[in-house]
Amino acid sequence: MRRLATAVALAMALALGTQAAAATDTTLAAVKQRGELICGANGTLAGFGMPDPQGNWTGFDVDFCRAIAAAIFNDPQKVKFVPLTAKDRFTALQSGEIDVLSRNTTWTLSRDTSLGLDFAAITYFDGQGFMVRKALKVSSALELSDASVCVQQGTTSELNLADYFRSNRMSLKSVTFATGEEALKAYESGRCDAYTTDSSGLYGERLELTDPSQHIVLPEIISKEPLSPVVRHGDNQWTDIVRWTHFVMIDAEELGINKGNVDAKLKSNDPETRRLLGVEGQYGEALGLTNDWAYRIIKHVGNYGESFERNIGQGSPLKIVRGLNALWTKGGLQYGPPVR
Amino acid sequence: MLQRTLSTRRRLGGVVLQIAIVAAIGGLGYGAAYNAGLNLSRAHIASGFGFWNNTAGFDISQTLIAYSASTSSFGRAFWVGLLNTLLVGAVGIVFATILGFVVGIARLSNNWLVARLAGGYVELVRNVPLLLQLLFWYNAVLKSLPLLHGSMALPGGAILNNRGLFLPRPVFAANFSAVVVVLVGGIICAIGLTVWSRWRHQRTGANVHIFWPSLALIVGLPLIAYAAAGFPLHFNVPQMGRFNVSGGLEILPEFVALALALSVYTAAFIAEVVRAGVLAVSHGQTEAAQALGLRSGQTLRLVVLPQAMRVIVPPLTSQYLNLIKNSSLAVVIGYPDLVQVFAGSVLNITGQAVEVIALTMAVYLAISLFTSLTMNLYIRTVAIPER
Repeated sequence: MRRLATAVALAMALALGTQAAAATDTTLAAVKQRGELICGANGTLAGFGMPDPQGNWTGFDVDFCRAIAAAIFNDPQKVKFVPLTAKDRFTALQSGEIDVLSRNTTWTLSRDTSLGLDFAAITYFDGQGFMVRKALKVSSALELSDASVCVQQGTTSELNLADYFRSNRMSLKSVTFATGEEALKAYESGRCDAYTTDSSGLYGERLELTDPSQHIVLPEIISKEPLSPVVRHGDNQWTDIVRWTHFVMIDAEELGINKGNVDAKLKSNDPETRRLLGVEGQYGEALGLTNDWAYRIIKHVGNYGESFERNIGQGSPLKIVRGLNALWTKGGLQYGPPVR
Repeated sequence: MLQRTLSTRRRLGGVVLQIAIVAAIGGLGYGAAYNAGLNLSRAHIASGFGFWNNTAGFDISQTLIAYSASTSSFGRAFWVGLLNTLLVGAVGIVFATILGFVVGIARLSNNWLVARLAGGYVELVRNVPLLLQLLFWYNAVLKSLPLLHGSMALPGGAILNNRGLFLPRPVFAANFSAVVVVLVGGIICAIGLTVWSRWRHQRTGANVHIFWPSLALIVGLPLIAYAAAGFPLHFNVPQMGRFNVSGGLEILPEFVALALALSVYTAAFIAEVVRAGVLAVSHGQTEAAQALGLRSGQTLRLVVLPQAMRVIVPPLTSQYLNLIKNSSLAVVIGYPDLVQVFAGSVLNITGQAVEVIALTMAVYLAISLFTSLTMNLYIRTVAIPER
């Protein structure tokens, strides 16, 4: 119902209001004036975006918003998180309810062009997978012809699922739910033979099942899912800030700068390090921020690798390997353009 | 003379005022639409219904008309969702009405236990939020049904498990239509026979037994036609597959849960409406009917209910409208109704919230207005003719 409310609110705003912030005021100015960043996050996906029992939001996507807040306010706590379902998320961003959407969202051409939104940078290279019960004795997704598959609607997963079954000439019985939680619950109750979502999500959601050892993730990755934070189209300064927040976290990892040694690195003689941390040059001010913006990010949140390992990698219950998300120097795809 | 001028002027003033108000509302609507279009293009959000004929690309679990993810359009998905909404609405209304009337009348019963049970039902059901009831029924339905490999085989080749109820699906051969024609003819003849016998009973007092002739007309004739046409009907019996049951007619558990929840919930309100209607009929009517020697069932059917209907129908219409609108809660249990398919998947894939939400609201408005109209026509038939 909340999704409907958001959609109706958007319709009303568009019909009755003049364009709220985008045309006259920049997002950065609005965020600074408000004193906090409003970040659309998942809310139910362990490792990526979920409040813990004390109400503190944690996760890989959450840390990304904290990094933006750190860059602007020098305080990673100045973020308000808004939990969104897959169906709500774009409407919430379009209507100005949130400043940035950091919620495992796939970058596609149609989303980039027709929603009035821009995708900033690929923070996680993902792909769609399937989870099934061990008892089903299925070892490949290609054996799933005629199976019932639970899926969250309004996702690329829903579309890829139909594509995959179609291109492999298998018949599909999909059951779609508004939220991932409902789809997962239906899968667990036996309504479906398989559950499908991005494989990063599968790892987290498998752990939420009553007995995770009874379920396996099938080896097939059936799609490309480049996950990216999203901003409104037309505010280029804001897009740059969000994009470069990701890039400096990558660059910091590549340069060996982390939470622990960032203060020491301020005295480094390496020109790349000095530019990144704002010791040399006015790169931060060019973005509309302070020159130590990247230092703040690394000091408060850490580099890309630290955020990855802490939330979804070896330091977390999910134990996801870096794979495609390793640095380009280590055989992965994560590559940060130079700060200069 | 003066009098007439004044009243004419007043009437003219009223008309001008009304025209002005209509024009203002129309202008406001146009302004809102124009403003929305302008703002959408300024925000670089696609607008218009250009997406209507694009390929949908997603799968829908229950389709009353042919639909495939690879070839069907968003427009087709809209119709699939709309029909699913109408289906669950119609089924819900039928069952809610039956259950509501039974409970409403039972609550007025002289039998202490029956009256208390009906009262308990009403108080329990109407005081728990529908969403919770829906989740309860969905989980109760799903959890209580056997898994696929423990499927219950029902008589006649039907199969029941937590994937749904699978019934043998009738497959009609071409000349089956002849049987239908004969059946309809038989029913029309039987109705004619009934009318004739009533007329004769009123004229002469003689009773004509029409049960057997009617049965012969309605059942016997079509059976003969069916045999003559070479038994043009067979059944596609569901078969167990590796993951699912294939073939047959599939009734999804999501549909059952939603129809059940809507019926049970709305029936509680209808029961109160019925009770109010029956109580509104003066007790003298009942006493008069009993004095004439009518049995209590006849009193209810022939004297009380026809008068009660005039009180019942208007609030009953509201309940029907509520039921149809509440069916949009389908979204939480994965039943592919209009809101789930169109204001859900289609909205999200196209991103065109304004168009999709506006169309969805227009559809619910149209369904509700049509329901109201139908019920208003029905009120006319039960109204007491005034002389």
